[in-house]
Amino acid sequence: MHAPAVPEVSLPRRRIGRVREFLYFARRDRKIFVSLLIISSLAVVALVGPFLRDYGPNEYVGPGMQAPSSEYWFGTTTFGQDVFVQFVHGLGATFFVGIVGGGLAAVIGMTVGFVAGYRGGLIDEVLNMLTNVVLVIPTLMVLIVVVAYVNARGLLVEAIFIGFTAWPWAARAIRAQTMSLRSRDFVDLARLTGVGTRRIISGEIAPNMSSYLMLTFILLFGNAVLIAATLDFIGLGPTEGISLGLMMNNAVLWSALQLGMWWWFIPPGLGIVLIVGSLYVMNVGLDQIFNPRLRKL
Amino acid sequence: MRRYFARKFLFYAVTFVVAVSIDWLIPRLAPGDPVRSMVSRMSLQPGDAENMMGYFMGAFGLDQPAPQQYLNFWVALLHGDLGISVWLFPQPVTQVIMGALPYTLALLIPSVLLAFWAGNKFGAYAARRKWLDGAVLPVGYILTATPYMWLAILLAWLLGTVFQVFPIAAGYGFNLAPAPTLQFAGSLVWHWFLPFLSLFLVGFGGWAIGMRNLIIYELDADYSRYLGSLGAPGKLVRKYAYRNALLPQLTGLALSLGVIVAGALVTEVVFSYPGLGWYSYQAIVNQDYFLLQGIFLFVIIGVLVANFIIDIAYVIVDPRVRLGMEAS
Repeated sequence: MHAPAVPEVSLPRRRIGRVREFLYFARRDRKIFVSLLIISSLAVVALVGPFLRDYGPNEYVGPGMQAPSSEYWFGTTTFGQDVFVQFVHGLGATFFVGIVGGGLAAVIGMTVGFVAGYRGGLIDEVLNMLTNVVLVIPTLMVLIVVVAYVNARGLLVEAIFIGFTAWPWAARAIRAQTMSLRSRDFVDLARLTGVGTRRIISGEIAPNMSSYLMLTFILLFGNAVLIAATLDFIGLGPTEGISLGLMMNNAVLWSALQLGMWWWFIPPGLGIVLIVGSLYVMNVGLDQIFNPRLRKL
Repeated sequence: MRRYFARKFLFYAVTFVVAVSIDWLIPRLAPGDPVRSMVSRMSLQPGDAENMMGYFMGAFGLDQPAPQQYLNFWVALLHGDLGISVWLFPQPVTQVIMGALPYTLALLIPSVLLAFWAGNKFGAYAARRKWLDGAVLPVGYILTATPYMWLAILLAWLLGTVFQVFPIAAGYGFNLAPAPTLQFAGSLVWHWFLPFLSLFLVGFGGWAIGMRNLIIYELDADYSRYLGSLGAPGKLVRKYAYRNALLPQLTGLALSLGVIVAGALVTEVVFSYPGLGWYSYQAIVNQDYFLLQGIFLFVIIGVLVANFIIDIAYVIVDPRVRLGMEAS
């Protein structure tokens, strides 16, 4: 988990010019193009895949331990479940947890970061203390203990748990950015004209670090995917359905390693690596666009 | 200097209290009643079940008021009493953990330190060197994006099953008993290597990428350009840039300790390596909540101690912090 490289906060400019400038560089950046291509094709697979077969991911549909073939594209598990169907359903679950969990973490991180950074004083002290405590506690261990006690778990519950524990570094980074914007002239001006705190944050401060917020969300998305995979792998994922982490758990549990059933554990891990890796690379590419100093000219 | 560490220590103490309170609170807030589900699994007669419930409530002190329970929890904790493992009955949780701890530490400490050292050196070396940089970026990003267990699975499959170089399960050979012999030590190292390598590689990729990006920032900074324009050799400029870039990396190390520990847990599960991770997995599977909570406490303590050590390292590495303290 790495804090994102800090992009310069650029002063407001005419909006259309910014969008056009963004597109100009985005189209020419190979990192963004490739990572967007990978993510969107995986998303298409996750959306379309389930309709290619008329059975569910956990149904026993064929002979067990089959290597990939024209009928079972990714082979079958020991029990004759179709690995391809499990994979596409798992991809969907991964995107869901990433977007909902990462999104929730981003919302909490922004709220805490904005309020602490803009208000300062005692509120800042308290929120900063809270952030640091949650930051130091190994939240995954907390998640493990909490989740172990919850008997019926869905994807949404998992995403919410992740969202509530993954926010601290985002809050800290946003707090620092907010503090640097707080004393700028245009914020002072807004405050002098009597604009409320909430309007100043949403109308003056947030738009001036929108690129930074977007990068934060992308990284939180990737982190949520990795945390979910870890939870699923130790059997604490959703109690029904399938996920990429659970596929790996089953593969290890039923000795796919010793039996050499590589088709069972390669796809789920590869799916996660492709999604998270693309997100990280996209983050770097976007950073270069938002931050002119990093552009290669 | 003393004030700085006193503040830090106070912060970690508060964090510890919060963590212990969470640990105490979770089972009491959780939906469902662990004792009831335990009793219902014994499938007793209705009347006996109620008696059994009463017995367990008394035995675990659950019939006392909540503040008293909380106090009891602390007293027991400070006596090193974390309860009895349900799965490995009648072993005390502390004893189980003490048996597993050396394995986890033997994995974590070398892999974290080596990955941090080698990753930083390599990232710094690769930055701004065309052909190396081109290779470091994709490899590093792929490694950091790899879930720990998947890399562990791949290594176990390739080097364990396909090429049969390394064993892929347990902490030492099944035909051996722990003894201070050369054979046993060799078996230990042999079983240790793959989980270690797996943890090392993921960390290495992350640190290399981070250092590479930071060095590029630092080489663009005014002091580097000034030093360069004075005619200082590139090697010297890089040395200064490296020392400056090391500070955020140290902070990053402190921040990622939780993730690294979690990575070690799942890596141990893949290799059935008898450390804390494997035991917590077994605790989950066997619904041994005492063991799970005990391991949680040990992990917290370990992470807090490691954070404190990093704070000390930060003071040693950064002369500004050190001098600022001496001046005040």
